[in-house]
Amino acid sequence: MTLISLFRGAVAIAKHKISEFFLYIGGLTSLLAKTLLYMFAPPIRKWQILEQMQRIGVASFPIVLLISLFTGIVMALQGAYQMQKMSAEMYIASLVALSLTRELGPVLTALIVAGRCGAAITAELGTMRVTEQIEALETLSANPVQYLVVPRFFALIIMLPLLTICADFFGMVGGYLIGVGKLSITHSVYMKMTLDPLAVKDVVTGLIKSVSFAVVICTIACYEGLNSEGGAEGVGMATTSSVVRSFILIIVADCFFTALFYFIR
Amino acid sequence: MIEITNLHKAFGENQVLEALDLTINTGESMVIIGRSGCGKSVLLKHIIGLMRPDEGSVLVDGTDITLVSPKELDSIRMNFGMLFQGAALFDSLSVFENVGFRLMEYTDMPLKDIQKRVDECLEMVGLRGIRYMKPAELSGGMKKRVGLARAISMFPKIILFDEPTTGVDPIMGDIINDLIRTLHNKLKTTSITVTHDMKSAYKIADRIAMLYDKKIIAIGTPDEIKNSKDPVVQQFINGDAEGPITDQLGIKKGAGLRNSV
Repeated sequence: MTLISLFRGAVAIAKHKISEFFLYIGGLTSLLAKTLLYMFAPPIRKWQILEQMQRIGVASFPIVLLISLFTGIVMALQGAYQMQKMSAEMYIASLVALSLTRELGPVLTALIVAGRCGAAITAELGTMRVTEQIEALETLSANPVQYLVVPRFFALIIMLPLLTICADFFGMVGGYLIGVGKLSITHSVYMKMTLDPLAVKDVVTGLIKSVSFAVVICTIACYEGLNSEGGAEGVGMATTSSVVRSFILIIVADCFFTALFYFIR
Repeated sequence: MIEITNLHKAFGENQVLEALDLTINTGESMVIIGRSGCGKSVLLKHIIGLMRPDEGSVLVDGTDITLVSPKELDSIRMNFGMLFQGAALFDSLSVFENVGFRLMEYTDMPLKDIQKRVDECLEMVGLRGIRYMKPAELSGGMKKRVGLARAISMFPKIILFDEPTTGVDPIMGDIINDLIRTLHNKLKTTSITVTHDMKSAYKIADRIAMLYDKKIIAIGTPDEIKNSKDPVVQQFINGDAEGPITDQLGIKKGAGLRNSV
């Protein structure tokens, strides 16, 4: 009897969680569809887009620079640990360049931006929701998606790929500093081993990933913010949820695109 | 004219409004009174289309706003102004941008004219020289008055006030009451105010409607409400701790005190 009631309870919880999951996915899809629709509806709020580009892109630049530089350094050092045994240090340059452009540059940058800007977007929109500012916008005949989400969407899909290019570059600079400064690889060899294996496709696939990550970050952060409830505690929970769910979906999207590019190469 | 017919609204298991009927005439100042949490703000949000009813209709000048498309609703809302309980000013915008929001978004007015209109609106609510301040720099009373200036910036036909005197001191509360009455007379608008502050209700209202137990139980002029024979109305307007409202809720006088000792 107890086992049966336990089983029933577990089934009920599972049903509830599954329906919650599909409602969440439905909500995200609906918000994304509205955002894409309003992207092309006038007026285009260029000043708001520029402001968001400054907040999301320019303000994130220092931290992206630091993290990518140190990632390049760490990768070169870890690579050297193994490759020195085979006297193959010069391949460190290729390892750093390919790993960064195809994988680490886009993913690391997206995680930084999700943590830094995604959280800020959710907190800002969440506060607006719980202080009735979103409702005030609606009473003033302004559409919250068009007014609040679209400028952030534009800013993210422009700035995240740009930040990714910066991350790729500074990561390679980090690798170069170790390769040339510590492992005594000559400048010309390091440059040749960096540029030779690097194809345009590698950079482009990384940038396609970063655009998809921008869509993920913006949709989740705005959805969580616009649906916050329950005062300061609710905004805090929405912000945490926004960052965690963005991280998970970024990794899932990365896995999807890596597999896709592997099979269609 | 605003006609609300057979309005039902529930949040999950909690039925907030049930078969509610209310008619608000053009040009009148209607005050809806009722206990905190009885659904006054929910009713107000139905009138401006921020919430959709489970059943029933809300007719604004003959158009049922529960059936219109979002675009049509936006154009109907251009006739409305609303003052929120916490003012709901946009934090990231200055006072000027808040008050001039609609003028900048929906008109081709030159900036100079917008500035003039914003100054006029601020003057009407008794504020001067705060155009470039941010909402965070304003006191509660100033925020409410800026909210009021924003609500009237586009000459609305209908203004909604959600608890206009809550959270401000009694003097500022009275100033806001005077302002609402003066603006109502001056702009010839239809005003709908929800409040539990009886002093405010008597001062603002042409007619008062009492919301209790999910529907309107009494409606009349301030004098008619004052002289109502309904014990529920009498308990509420006199603010008595004992009476049918507290009996129904099972609240005994001093119960909380005894529990805490």
